[in-house]
Amino acid sequence: MSPGNHLVVLPIVLPLAAGALMLLLDERRSTLKAAVSLVAGVALLAVSIALARLADAPLPPVYAVGSWPAPFGIVLVADRLAATMVLLVAVLGIAAIVFSLARWHRAGPRFHSLVQFLLMGLNGAFLTGDLFNLFVFFELLLAASYGLALHGSGTARVRWSLHYIVMNLGASLLFLIGIALIYGVAGTLNMAQLSARLAEIPAGDRVLAQAGAGVLAVAFLVKAGMWPLGFWLPSAYAAASAPAAALFSILSKVGVYAVLRLWLLLFGGTIGADLLFYGGVATLVFGVIGMLASQDLGRLGGYSLLVSSGTLLATLSRADGAVTGAALFYIVASTLGIAAFFLLAELVQRSRALGADVLAVTAEAFDLADEEAEPGEKPGTVIPAAMALLGLSFACCALLVAGLPPLPGFVAKFALLAGVLAPDPITGRAWALLALLTLSGLASVIALGRAGVRIFWAVEEPTVPRVRVIEMAPVAMLLALCFALTVAAGPAMRYLRAAADALHAPQTYIESVLPPR
Amino acid sequence: MELIVAILIGVLTGSGVWLLLRPRTFQVMLGLSLLSYGVNVFIFVMGWVRDGVPPIVGQGAAADFARFADPLPQALVLTAIVISFATTALLLVVVLAARGLTRTDHVDGEEDA
Repeated sequence: MSPGNHLVVLPIVLPLAAGALMLLLDERRSTLKAAVSLVAGVALLAVSIALARLADAPLPPVYAVGSWPAPFGIVLVADRLAATMVLLVAVLGIAAIVFSLARWHRAGPRFHSLVQFLLMGLNGAFLTGDLFNLFVFFELLLAASYGLALHGSGTARVRWSLHYIVMNLGASLLFLIGIALIYGVAGTLNMAQLSARLAEIPAGDRVLAQAGAGVLAVAFLVKAGMWPLGFWLPSAYAAASAPAAALFSILSKVGVYAVLRLWLLLFGGTIGADLLFYGGVATLVFGVIGMLASQDLGRLGGYSLLVSSGTLLATLSRADGAVTGAALFYIVASTLGIAAFFLLAELVQRSRALGADVLAVTAEAFDLADEEAEPGEKPGTVIPAAMALLGLSFACCALLVAGLPPLPGFVAKFALLAGVLAPDPITGRAWALLALLTLSGLASVIALGRAGVRIFWAVEEPTVPRVRVIEMAPVAMLLALCFALTVAAGPAMRYLRAAADALHAPQTYIESVLPPR
Repeated sequence: MELIVAILIGVLTGSGVWLLLRPRTFQVMLGLSLLSYGVNVFIFVMGWVRDGVPPIVGQGAAADFARFADPLPQALVLTAIVISFATTALLLVVVLAARGLTRTDHVDGEEDA
């Protein structure tokens, strides 16, 4: 095995090592922990950039863990889609870590370790080529996300986290049932081997395999927040602390990713397309109504996540290379945009008293309340003209979420619609999608515009929030990446189109995992 | 044998689902525990219910599927047990925290009107 191949396992090993190391450090050494976490995040970014370049090859690199050959051992497969998602995880991780350095990482114990474990779970879920391993990584990322959802404590967080945890534990049990059914019928859990073997299953048993896949899909769609499985999502995400919520913006994409990967690999996108389409449309409509109805910025962010999930599910159900490529671009753009929005929401709402959203006991326990008053501690550089900067960023986020030019949300939606409307007799579904996507953009503009007007213009006595450079920097970084994505839309689109084509022709995936003898 | 195991899984899962839908947090927790027992047994029997056969092929013996049990579901179920145990413990802490903060053990944190 060449040393380049070990790159594939690094996105999992690196955060694991960093997180474990930080567990050994005393809670009071927060500066050291922050340094370790940040270094690990930057290293992860470097690794994932290298991985994305490595994955841009005819055959995706495959890593056999422990050098056990494919059907017996666990494999990690870094195809273009997995590498893109890992890159996205690294970017979000750095943004969340940097943002938390201002104060959030001291609002509760073990913040940096939890973030690193979440990054590990996410990377593992994207890279693995084994169904049971996918379950294990799902559990890892969920366990870390439970801790992060509770980070900062407080009645609202505990209350909504309870729903979040119970929903996801239930979904995990469904996941196990689906895995067991598929294993019982096909006798393997390697995804590439499953793909080859499902076609050979006798018709009587195939129903069982399809039932298993259906149960699996329910488990994934709970994570993606598909209506009617996603009622828990907006409240739980709105209650979470800002850096945690920013990271959570990719959690729902994990569900979409798993559906996309397994649906195309195992069934070639043939069965269940109707369900995905109608489920996606229902999610889209529910998300739009929720956006229009919500007053709180956090909930607005949660519902815009549902809108993006719905858009993805409804368009992906076309099982068409061009549409899937555009949908992958939309995943990247909307995840970056919504993560920036969650971070921004906390900054904008800071005109409320400091620590109003942190439980008094926690604030006392971690010396949060004294932070501002303490003369010895430097408050960090405070940005002048904070309100103007926040307003500008908010406008960018709104453009991004609503899908208006010049930001990549527009490019993504345009490419989606171009793909959907490409086949010559345009079907009724394509028209419905066109109408829905346009209307959802309009509704997002209305909801976000209204929120913006209320926050930035219609205030009697504007209290300018104290925003530090270190808090504004991650938001600016995410938005700058979005601008870069618009400029480099051509190469990015080419890469993602290649990823989508590989998904629709899984033969290369199967051959690289199980080389023909 | 199969029938007994099937009934066992059915009873565990049925009770689990019923408890999961109850309004008290402790009932929800017990429901999730019962459900995970049911699911664990379900995974286990996916390697078929066989009595008195080892999960290892003996030396020199032919790979006859009737003479050994499938070891993979046993390994899977071990992982599943550990994970569900850990997450249930975590949930218990959250349930206790919710009970302390909201002064009620209703899952919504407030009593029905």
